Amino acid sequence: MQLTLWTYEGPPHVGAMRVATALKDVHYVLHAPQGDTYADLLFTMIERRDRRPPVTYTTFQARDLGGDTAELFKEAARDAVARFKPAALLVGASCTGELIQDDPGGLARALNLPIPVIPLELPSYQKKENWGAAETFYQTVRALAGPSAPQPGRPRPAPADGPRPSCNILGPTALGFRHRDDVAEVVKLLGTLGIRVAVVAPMGAAADDIARLGEADFNVVLYPELALSAAQWLKRTFGQPFTTVVPIGTGATRDFIAEVCGLAGIPVPPGLEEGAARAPWYSRSVDSTYLTGKRVFIFGDGTHAVAAARIATEELGFEVVGLGTYSREMAREVRAAAGRLGIEALITDDYLEVEAKVAELAPELVLGTQMERHIAKRLGVPCAVISAPVHVQDFPARYSPQMGFEGANVIFDSWVHPLMMGLEEHLLGMFREDFEFNDGAAPSHLGPGSKVPAAVARATVPAIIPAANDPAPAGPSGWTLEAERELQKIPFFVRGKARRNTERFAQERGVALITVETLYDAKAHFGR
Amino acid sequence: MTADGNFAPAALQGSRPAEACAPELPVLVERGQHEVFCGLTGIIWLHRKIQDAFFLVVGSRTCAHLIQSAAGVMIFAEPRFATAIIEDRDLAGLADMNDELDKVVGRLLERRPEIKLLFLVGSCPSEVIKLDLSRAAQRLSSLHAPRVRVLSYSGSGIETTFTQGEDACLAALVPQMPAETSASPRSLLVVGCLADVVEDQFRRLFAELGVGPVHFLPPRSSGELPPVGPQTHLLLAQPFLAETARLLENRGARRLAAPFPLGIEGTTAWLAVAARAFGIDPLRFDAVTGPKIERARRALQRYRKELEGKSVFFFPDSQLEIPLARLLARELGMELAEVGTPYLHRRHMAPELALLPMGTFLSQGQHLDRQLDRCRAARPDLVVCGLGLANPLEAEGLTTKWSIELLFSPVQGYEQAGDLAELFARPLRRRAKLARLAEAPARAEPVRILAAGE
Ligand code: SF4
Ligand code: SF4
Repeated sequence: MQLTLWTYEGPPHVGAMRVATALKDVHYVLHAPQGDTYADLLFTMIERRDRRPPVTYTTFQARDLGGDTAELFKEAARDAVARFKPAALLVGASCTGELIQDDPGGLARALNLPIPVIPLELPSYQKKENWGAAETFYQTVRALAGPSAPQPGRPRPAPADGPRPSCNILGPTALGFRHRDDVAEVVKLLGTLGIRVAVVAPMGAAADDIARLGEADFNVVLYPELALSAAQWLKRTFGQPFTTVVPIGTGATRDFIAEVCGLAGIPVPPGLEEGAARAPWYSRSVDSTYLTGKRVFIFGDGTHAVAAARIATEELGFEVVGLGTYSREMAREVRAAAGRLGIEALITDDYLEVEAKVAELAPELVLGTQMERHIAKRLGVPCAVISAPVHVQDFPARYSPQMGFEGANVIFDSWVHPLMMGLEEHLLGMFREDFEFNDGAAPSHLGPGSKVPAAVARATVPAIIPAANDPAPAGPSGWTLEAERELQKIPFFVRGKARRNTERFAQERGVALITVETLYDAKAHFGR
Repeated sequence: MTADGNFAPAALQGSRPAEACAPELPVLVERGQHEVFCGLTGIIWLHRKIQDAFFLVVGSRTCAHLIQSAAGVMIFAEPRFATAIIEDRDLAGLADMNDELDKVVGRLLERRPEIKLLFLVGSCPSEVIKLDLSRAAQRLSSLHAPRVRVLSYSGSGIETTFTQGEDACLAALVPQMPAETSASPRSLLVVGCLADVVEDQFRRLFAELGVGPVHFLPPRSSGELPPVGPQTHLLLAQPFLAETARLLENRGARRLAAPFPLGIEGTTAWLAVAARAFGIDPLRFDAVTGPKIERARRALQRYRKELEGKSVFFFPDSQLEIPLARLLARELGMELAEVGTPYLHRRHMAPELALLPMGTFLSQGQHLDRQLDRCRAARPDLVVCGLGLANPLEAEGLTTKWSIELLFSPVQGYEQAGDLAELFARPLRRRAKLARLAEAPARAEPVRILAAGE
């Protein structure tokens, strides 16, 4: 039994729903108790879908348990096929359905439906959402593309539509972090390389599209957590190689291009980055110098965490002090990435452990999921979201991919933004001690709701108008008049920090009276 | 509220018990897919109310995911709820599962020393494998006595729909309530979770009326469980408390039949029933309620203009649908296309049913697809439904009010009558504001730079 306050991933049948909802004409009949329909709202609210997910729940209740829940399931499946006329039917059980052991697969087969039935075995007490999505996608691909597999030993037939290389894009689902725009960006990128995209799946694919997955030359695996098992099967069955680099970040995008061109047998066209890649220059511009060595903590799904670590170190000049993931399926990759950085990976799905780690490492920036955002908020550290699970605001209306060159631009902005804000907040905090300070101002990212309480601001501001009348409470150690005067020569926006540092320094060393010497000793001690 | 504002005295004099006059409205009973929350969801508001209680769901990852999806941001405010997730190896041996549970509870109580009352909340998985949580609660209670009391109830989807989780929780508290002593005076027990601000308003109202002592269940702290016995008059503040009421009646409490305190009419009748039971002079009742009724009526007036003549369709959700429909029909002039409820407790609902317009179409249970068909055919002006349906229906051109907000916001009593109406008026107002954008763009007058026209 695991004590859980917050889960990074839902149960595996939610993963199955993500695939079903991504597909076009596939319906999912889920043997589940009344109440499990809550999952619909993830799609209709967080992703703001304009239609219900294509899922029918049997919604059995206690009074049904004595009777024939199997019959209930059959009825639901029959009705769903009649009403929605899908091209294929996924059937399975949620965690409770699993316990009552009705065998949805067998029951659905007994109905002799006129469409393919894909039974899903999703062990709810072992596995989680991403695994459920990957397994569902894999089973769907196997069931629908399997019949067109070539005889063992026979070579792949020549591509039907001439010499132009083609690929499928595998992995984007419903409720995926920026999947919508990543697909658009990668399709565009492949287009500029002269590669045709045959099928994108599961997002937007119909059952027919899945059936012809085997026709492309190779596969692009966008999200390994979700698509790797399907890609491996396609490789075994159709001999299609697949990509192993996820194009998040400028460097990774370059590597991805090289890999894709290799698989397509074409040279890398020149000038791809022109006009598209602004992030590398922004990062080199002197304005970004202050980013150097910023200590960053990274947590998320495996793919996004590994990608973020590379961007952070190679492209932004940060120092990665912590790296981790909640996806055990990707633990190896994340451990390897952490190893390259000389740190130990944090593999956990307990957000309290993550919180403890963030508190311990005291990073200057946290990159994570919405949970890390809250952790960061609580600890007062700037933060940006890099991975699911995310809330509604991370399904934005505007174009915001993570992948490709535009993705790198988006990432540059969204990571640096909270830091700029952080700096702004810091400055404002300092300005507060200056007579020009306007008490209505608060760090802009905290929003209008978080104004400096007017009463507090009013109480402090007038008191500090005479510069010598510093409102900071007298420290444990006193200041000599001379040292106090020296302190006033320090620019006001770092004065507070200097005072705090000096006092801490004095206290640690048992210095009772702070002199000018103590001030400069402390400066030398704390200076970078 | 009748047009002349005469309801209160009539209720006070009412010779017939309200139940007897409930018309036998026909109800369409349906079975099929239910698009509803399970009772676990109640934890979200219950834990805010009982401030020293912790809710530990014993369930699956689905249960944990449900609560976090429904609770949204609240989960980060050091919530006093969590899930003990059953894992594969727990399923292998039930005996060990009890040990595991004890361990989890031990760890939890260590981390949260301020907790005085722990609820073990059953889920579908724990019910299906027949994990006996009431025995576990007893065992843990004696283990952690006297610091912590451990109780159990089920919020599973197979047994409870949404607000029934609160019923199950409060029912678990009933045996814990002290018995009245022989010297206990006649008292009023208001049952059902109310927002603190609403509870305080009612407290003041009862005091002004001279009704008292008044107790509330659930209390704000587990140490303040009110006494119960034959002197207790039971007034339900929420319509979904069948089991709690039954257990309280078993302990001698007398239930006062009343409509629920939503809107002016409901609130007045609800207060009036208590006032009558306490022998309060009708003149005093009028003197106390009159100004508040007046104020609430002013608040409602502008909404009546917006809502009158509009039709509304309720999908089943919380059992609040019937009182809400009554309010919308009688005080705001709306037409009722269909009123769906997950469960209809005829006896508790009788005073409400008596007030519903003739021929109101009631449905109980749900066959989601068929109900959606009816809703589309009816093309109501407003649909009250859950979050899984709201956006899809909006995309079809219907206007919706998502229902869970009605549980999370203070809506009972006079001072909230306007806010409650606002919840229904706002989606319609918004749709009207956005109509230009939604319709053919060509129809809209372009916004021009004024200087250009000079
Ligand atoms: S319906 Fe049952 S299994 Fe689903 S979340 Fe509720 S209690 Fe858990
Ligand atoms: S702050 Fe976080 S948890 Fe809260 S609503 Fe926004 S995204 Fe959701």
